[in-house]
Amino acid sequence: MDRIPILRMGQTLLVTIQIDMQDQTALTLQEDLADKIAQTGADGVMIDISALEIVDSFVGRMLSSISGIARILSATTVVVGMQPAVAITLVELGLSLEGVRTALDVERGMRLLTQARQEHRLGR
Amino acid sequence: MAAELQGRLPIASEQDIVVARQQVRTLCQALKFSLVDQTKMVTAASELSRNTLVHGGGGGMRWNVLEDGLRRGLQLHFEDQGPGIADMSLAMSDGWTSGGGMGLGLPGSKRLVNDFDIESVPGQGTRVSITKWK
Repeated sequence: MDRIPILRMGQTLLVTIQIDMQDQTALTLQEDLADKIAQTGADGVMIDISALEIVDSFVGRMLSSISGIARILSATTVVVGMQPAVAITLVELGLSLEGVRTALDVERGMRLLTQARQEHRLGR
Repeated sequence: MAAELQGRLPIASEQDIVVARQQVRTLCQALKFSLVDQTKMVTAASELSRNTLVHGGGGGMRWNVLEDGLRRGLQLHFEDQGPGIADMSLAMSDGWTSGGGMGLGLPGSKRLVNDFDIESVPGQGTRVSITKWK
């Protein structure tokens, strides 16, 4: 089984999914990310899915779970780079990725995380 | 991977789901489906092959390239010899799950394709057939 690497950039953890994942790979990523947030105290998680050709209900659920776990560990998650065809398919499938913050690309995702950090500091 | 007009792949492990997705992608590309239609068909195949593995205890995916006049389409059959589905209308309703999933597999896949057919005999198995036309 492949393992998806998690990179650390300052206070942000960066994950780029570039392979067609087996279900177990997705579950392992979820656990690895939770561990890494706890270990590093990162307050932001960015997941780049621009290379993913499909997101099915399993991967969709993983994205929601990661967002939820990260939030409980006091980190904001943003999913970036979803292809338009993937977004169309997800909605028709019935998944709205509730509770998952998204951005069109990495740059916008970074801005969103910076914003979340400032809001957190101001105690909003 | 060649785009044969018909064939069968076993679905007995998680890796087989990945291989099934790749096969469906190859077939959709050979049929020149639009990117959105490719994505929908591959996603439906992913959902249904996972059902075959998780709920059916494994089985297979068969495919046929269909021709109807000028139209061409791709038909996929997901077959298992598992426990079958006791309550079909429940299984086809959004959000109902027999455990673990989100309950989108069957009703969600149906929305992604043109034709959807399911047959299940409790104790004998389940066959789900889907077709997408270009």
